[in-house]
Amino acid sequence: MFRPTTRPSATASSSLDVKLHKRQTVSSASSSGRYPYRLNFYDRPPSLDITLDEFETCAIDRLRILSHLEALSHRNLPPAQLSTAIATYTKQHLPLSANTARTANLDDERRRDEIGHWVLRLAFSRSPELRARFVRAETMLFRHRFETDDASERAAFLRHLALDWAVVGEDERSAYESQLRKCMPWARPEQFAAESWFKVSWTAVPDLVAKRRVFVKQGMAYVPQSMQISLVLQAFDTRLTRALEVTAKNLPRLDEDERLGPVIDHLAASFLAGVGAGEYAPTDSTAAVTAEMVDDVARKHFPPCMLNLYERLKRDHHLKHFGRLQLGLFLKGIGLPLEEAVVFWRRMYGSTMTDDKFNKEYRYNIRHSYGQEGRRANYPPKSCTQILTSNQPGTQDSHGCPFRHFSPENLQSFLLSTYPQLERGSPDMRDIMDSVKSSHYHVACTRVFEITHNVKRGEGLGNSESVSHPNKWTDRSRELEKEKLAILNGEDVKME
Amino acid sequence: MAISAKEQGMAYDPSSPQVMNAFYRRLFPYKALFKWLNQADVPGKLWTHREFAFTIENDVYIRYNSFNTAYDFQKEVLRLNPSRFEIGPQYSARPRDRKTLPAGALQPQRRELVFDIDMTDYDEVRTCCSDKKICKRCWGFIAAAVKVLDNALRNTFGFKHLLWVYSGRRGIHCWISDTLAIDLTDDQRRALVTFLEVIKGSKEQVKKVNVRNGKDDGELHPALEDALDDLRTEFSRLILRDQECFQSDQGWQTLLALLPANREVTESLRKLWESSPDRSSEDKWVDIVGMIKTYKTSNPTLYRKYEKYMQDIVLQYTYPRIDAEVSKHRNHLLKSPFCVHPGTGRVCIPIDPDRAHEFDPEAVPHVGELLVELDNAPAADSGGKIPEDYERTSLKPYVEMLERHAKAIMADVRGARRPVKEETMEF
Repeated sequence: MFRPTTRPSATASSSLDVKLHKRQTVSSASSSGRYPYRLNFYDRPPSLDITLDEFETCAIDRLRILSHLEALSHRNLPPAQLSTAIATYTKQHLPLSANTARTANLDDERRRDEIGHWVLRLAFSRSPELRARFVRAETMLFRHRFETDDASERAAFLRHLALDWAVVGEDERSAYESQLRKCMPWARPEQFAAESWFKVSWTAVPDLVAKRRVFVKQGMAYVPQSMQISLVLQAFDTRLTRALEVTAKNLPRLDEDERLGPVIDHLAASFLAGVGAGEYAPTDSTAAVTAEMVDDVARKHFPPCMLNLYERLKRDHHLKHFGRLQLGLFLKGIGLPLEEAVVFWRRMYGSTMTDDKFNKEYRYNIRHSYGQEGRRANYPPKSCTQILTSNQPGTQDSHGCPFRHFSPENLQSFLLSTYPQLERGSPDMRDIMDSVKSSHYHVACTRVFEITHNVKRGEGLGNSESVSHPNKWTDRSRELEKEKLAILNGEDVKME
Repeated sequence: MAISAKEQGMAYDPSSPQVMNAFYRRLFPYKALFKWLNQADVPGKLWTHREFAFTIENDVYIRYNSFNTAYDFQKEVLRLNPSRFEIGPQYSARPRDRKTLPAGALQPQRRELVFDIDMTDYDEVRTCCSDKKICKRCWGFIAAAVKVLDNALRNTFGFKHLLWVYSGRRGIHCWISDTLAIDLTDDQRRALVTFLEVIKGSKEQVKKVNVRNGKDDGELHPALEDALDDLRTEFSRLILRDQECFQSDQGWQTLLALLPANREVTESLRKLWESSPDRSSEDKWVDIVGMIKTYKTSNPTLYRKYEKYMQDIVLQYTYPRIDAEVSKHRNHLLKSPFCVHPGTGRVCIPIDPDRAHEFDPEAVPHVGELLVELDNAPAADSGGKIPEDYERTSLKPYVEMLERHAKAIMADVRGARRPVKEETMEF
């Protein structure tokens, strides 16, 4: 395999490092010396001194990005929207500029990128599930960077990788011309004429094979140049998967510095819990809520999923386990303290159970979800992604997302009875039901928010952010109410 | 009157422990099975880390067995006397040690690529039998499936070592032992199966073939085109003449529903077929061809559409219906060749894919029949050499088939190891 000559080898002495570094910075002023390319396959671990602080911050920044990517991937966004969403987020937390960028400190950005990646590798190699999730998120990040990379830089990067793809010769091409043509029905004739193909083992492009997008003969897939991204991503994926397995095997033998262990453990744990990004952090404005206030807040500020659970609870004086969990953590998120939560649940259960039973069976769970029992984990409120994808409701359950887990008829009657602003057969209602049909549940939910809060279409939770967390709905709803009050008060002042 | 071995053998009950014990003791080809799975003479990880699952009395299922040698395996089979057993993947450690391993350390790693075709998936298109029954006639569907799948696996994916095995009742399994196949990840297996899968959709869906990128008149993928070439003859032989799939009212109603929605054609066909119920399936197919001929010049777009739809119908009725879940995951267990099917008493013998058409499920050796043959055979042949027990029964050609197959795999595996060294020397 090709060895990057522009990077000092691990065995080189440190003085040599410096020399190499200097020379290259001089020779190519525009591009960075250590890291000639924006893209990185992370083939060789960095050998450099880093501070403990850097070790942690780089990793946390990257973790935030990866968690956010995971959340985004569940949202089913159209490609263009997804790309901009990733772009804005990565720019904020982990910018990585092209060689042509003048203002950016390329070396520093790329160094942080590299360190973050390698630290997370350590954190995520321990279980197969973590490995799979890490590879998926990293591949998604790489894909985004690859797609947005400058064309000439990308070409240079690919040359440097020197992947062994055989180019299909003219003879072979004309022999299989009709077959190749049939695999590219969308291409215009001149496009097809200008196309060239790589011949690789079909196992290198499983995604294209699954979609029957490539011609396969004797185990070799003929991949058009225009689809080479599949090849690159697959190579990235395979190498990373293999590397993580090696890391996992060697992890127990790692001569671990006691200062790093806890950091790594913490990173892995927070990724599993879905923390890092996309998680909900209560804002300062979240005022404390008491058990008495819940009913009022529910009517004004609860998202449909929570309102449904709350109504159920009021009606049946009972919720099944996952329903309790979903609602309970949400209430914690809106600022219901533990003591008030106990009061609230006790009151809701009412006469259906004795105090004794409540104290024995339910108090523990409430305290547990507030991090006061068991392993004392402070569980965050569930995000839309978690509600949509984990713990699918069974026949007796009322948790989940109404947009996803209700049949269309039930959803419609639920919405109509809950929100007087919605009318049967109105264009808005049709919009909502259409989004549901195409599984864009967050779009439907956001639309309901807009309509019920007199917000302009497309505005969402502010800055056209769509609903991705039940607590964000409530926060924004309360914020809007406060704004409205402020305006009213302001007007009063003026009038006076 | 002499009673044939066949009739005598049928009297043996395959669910009786004595019968099975005699079969395992005297007939089961342990050595050939070992060589086929292990791909070498000395036990490697493909054998020692391989899971075996036994079904014993009262449907008790024992998973995670593994064995050091073929002899250990044989001893355990004789001790447990299972009604059947299944073969799993090579794990990252010995499956029988799983309780002493840290959690998550036992991961499936390598495994033959397997396929399972079952007659039940054909219930909506076969007219001769249904449910558990199978006859020589409905075997035609399986034979067509084997032809297409064998072709695709060899020519498209370049696999060489395919073993087709009768499942004992109404289906067929395929085991692919090429190194590339054994090394496939679950993702790659899923991709390959998705590539091969054509018939999709639930009971509520009439048209189950959608392979033209969402367009009505899109081109078929070259691999499917090859399959279609094979299936055209099968279609007229099997569907039109043998099974008469469009003879019944329900049959031709489905056929009409599968054609493009064009009132003119559909209504005149409906009238014609309602008025003369004795028109055969072949007549009906010809009717359609005749009906759309006029569009060839007057409305070529519509004509093309009909052509494509008729191709899709051929695929829907004859293309292999594989049980995709079996192939997608390495940890799926599949019944071993040469097991006896507990219900039918028939041995799961290998089948030559080139002669799949001639295969008759009724003629497959029955465990009782084999035991009778054994009782009647002379102790030694004329040369004085004492033959293996199976060699004196009709099981012989099938065991030899597995032996030849294993030998070819072993030669390939050995061959693959050598040239690598030479290359590095040259460098």
